[in-house]
Amino acid sequence: MEKIALRYSEYNIKKGKILRIRQLTEYEKLFEILLEGAERLDHEPGQFIMLSLCGVGESPISISSSPANIGDSFEICVRAVGKVTEALHKLETGDEVGVRGPFGKGFPVRILEGNDLLIVAGGLGIAPLRSLIKYVFDNRRDFGKVHILLGCRSPRDILFIDEVEQWKKRMDVYYECTVDRPVPEWQGHVGLITTLIPGVHLEPERTFAVVVGPPVMYKFVIKELLAKNIPGRQILVSFERHMKCGMGKCGHCQIQHLYACQDGPVFNYDEIKYLKETY
Amino acid sequence: MKDLQYVVLRKEHFDGFISRLSKLQKVIAPVSRGYNNFSFEEVTSGAGVALKYIPTIIPPKKLFMPQRETLLEFDTSKGLNAEAVVEYEKITIFGVHTCDLAGIQCLNMVFSERPRDYNYLMRKRKINIIGLECNEYCDEFASCALANTSTPSGGYDLFFTDLGDYFIVHINTQIGEDIVEAAKFFEGADKSHLEELTGLRKRKRSLFRNEVALEPRYIPALFDRSYNSRVWDDLDERCLACGNCTHVCPTCYCFDIRDEINLTLTAGRRYRVWDSCQLETFARVAGGENFRKERSSRQRHRYYRKFRYPIDRFSRFFCTGCGRCSRTCMAGISLKETLASLIEELEETVSTLMEGNY
Repeated sequence: MEKIALRYSEYNIKKGKILRIRQLTEYEKLFEILLEGAERLDHEPGQFIMLSLCGVGESPISISSSPANIGDSFEICVRAVGKVTEALHKLETGDEVGVRGPFGKGFPVRILEGNDLLIVAGGLGIAPLRSLIKYVFDNRRDFGKVHILLGCRSPRDILFIDEVEQWKKRMDVYYECTVDRPVPEWQGHVGLITTLIPGVHLEPERTFAVVVGPPVMYKFVIKELLAKNIPGRQILVSFERHMKCGMGKCGHCQIQHLYACQDGPVFNYDEIKYLKETY
Repeated sequence: MKDLQYVVLRKEHFDGFISRLSKLQKVIAPVSRGYNNFSFEEVTSGAGVALKYIPTIIPPKKLFMPQRETLLEFDTSKGLNAEAVVEYEKITIFGVHTCDLAGIQCLNMVFSERPRDYNYLMRKRKINIIGLECNEYCDEFASCALANTSTPSGGYDLFFTDLGDYFIVHINTQIGEDIVEAAKFFEGADKSHLEELTGLRKRKRSLFRNEVALEPRYIPALFDRSYNSRVWDDLDERCLACGNCTHVCPTCYCFDIRDEINLTLTAGRRYRVWDSCQLETFARVAGGENFRKERSSRQRHRYYRKFRYPIDRFSRFFCTGCGRCSRTCMAGISLKETLASLIEELEETVSTLMEGNY
């Protein structure tokens, strides 16, 4: 058996250095990563990377930063929930990680431009959506009205709370938040995120809804959006799957004939409405 | 490009041919591993080669896509250092049946599609293939007429057909020609040899008949109507979710990627291993959600990956009719029976509709 180095292998990893770590909540941290030689990740909002901790493994992680906002680095928001993510949470500023990607089809920002946006984020769904939200704010005049609806378990689970406070103050965004389990001092909405949708004033023909959240959320949110007369092709979702390769080969992310890693993770409702195994 | 080239190898020279070939490079061929079990293994003489064999336990995909394969080597002792690698070996596989040639063609399509898998493509370039014709059905599990793989359609360097006291050999590539030249046991084929080959193919056409009661071209449409079939529920009750059917399938290529670390705790390798969509954890995500939780959905997924999904992507079935999945299934799930049940169920639906209409 012979063995040679394979320079053009898609399994090569880029070296990345952790520049900054922010504890967002009890379970989630935000990592700012700079690639070796300040190489740009050059991603689209909604794409993901394969994050690599050599000796532990690889994990697909959505990118939380806008390609337009910060210098050369990028950010990922990670919940410690598995082998790789738990190991990542133990790392410190200056430690190195491996990066493959970016992979997948992100949010179609050039199609979204000029239209109104209704962004619906449930729980950790804000992680990929933050890349879109920040992109929109970086190019705010290119978009129409922007609504952001946020749903969380409890007030202390709200991610990016400092940024959320900014959204509240901005005159160019309509923002609402609801929690399932309020605390006594909570003054916002209580209940499921679906309850926020009927109250949104929108023009369905020029509105794109972008929905990311736990699987159980999609069915009910999409039902409300359709009730608002938003056309199916203007309802965008992003699906979480455990990709192993990112190249449409390993089979783990397959949704019937589609590969979430190549054909998605962002799909429009018309593409997936007749499929099973989606959510 | 010359016309089709045929040569002849007398049976008494077969042993010498394999011996000489094995001195030039490693030769892998089917060998007997006990009653009705065969395996592709290294041979150094023709005596060990099973010329009449039913599909091997594991198909030759194991040589193109090893069960365990290193993708990346890393060392973190002085910062992160990692390098992608490919392991390969120059080999000639002798005796690949037409079903398995088709299986290799399927894998070629998958791994050469962008983004390309250079580990596979690199290894593929180092492998020579000598096919071997099936003159009759191997057993009742095969469905090579349905899969249209009972006769060769490329994918080999040389192709052997056993015609009694000699083999007629089709030279398909220059590599094949080089093997013939190096071995020196071959003679030119004359008209009578070619007529015997034509005669065999003609006999085979009447012997190999579609094994299910639906023309192959209608199979994708059958699957378009069978997603919610009761047949999947039946499989749910029988399937043990062991993953054998996918591991022995010549076109199943799903894999997992894992890391392994040396005792130094700083260096190690990332490797891929065969995985199976039949295993319960296959489509599970970190939060615990499982998108193919039921065995029925996993079995259905397997069948759709053979008969429906690849049609759009690759314009062919990803079933080669080898019968391995049915032969190996501990619960007796048979591919031919599953297809027959789907066809039967659809016919019932159609006739019910017809009665309603007229």
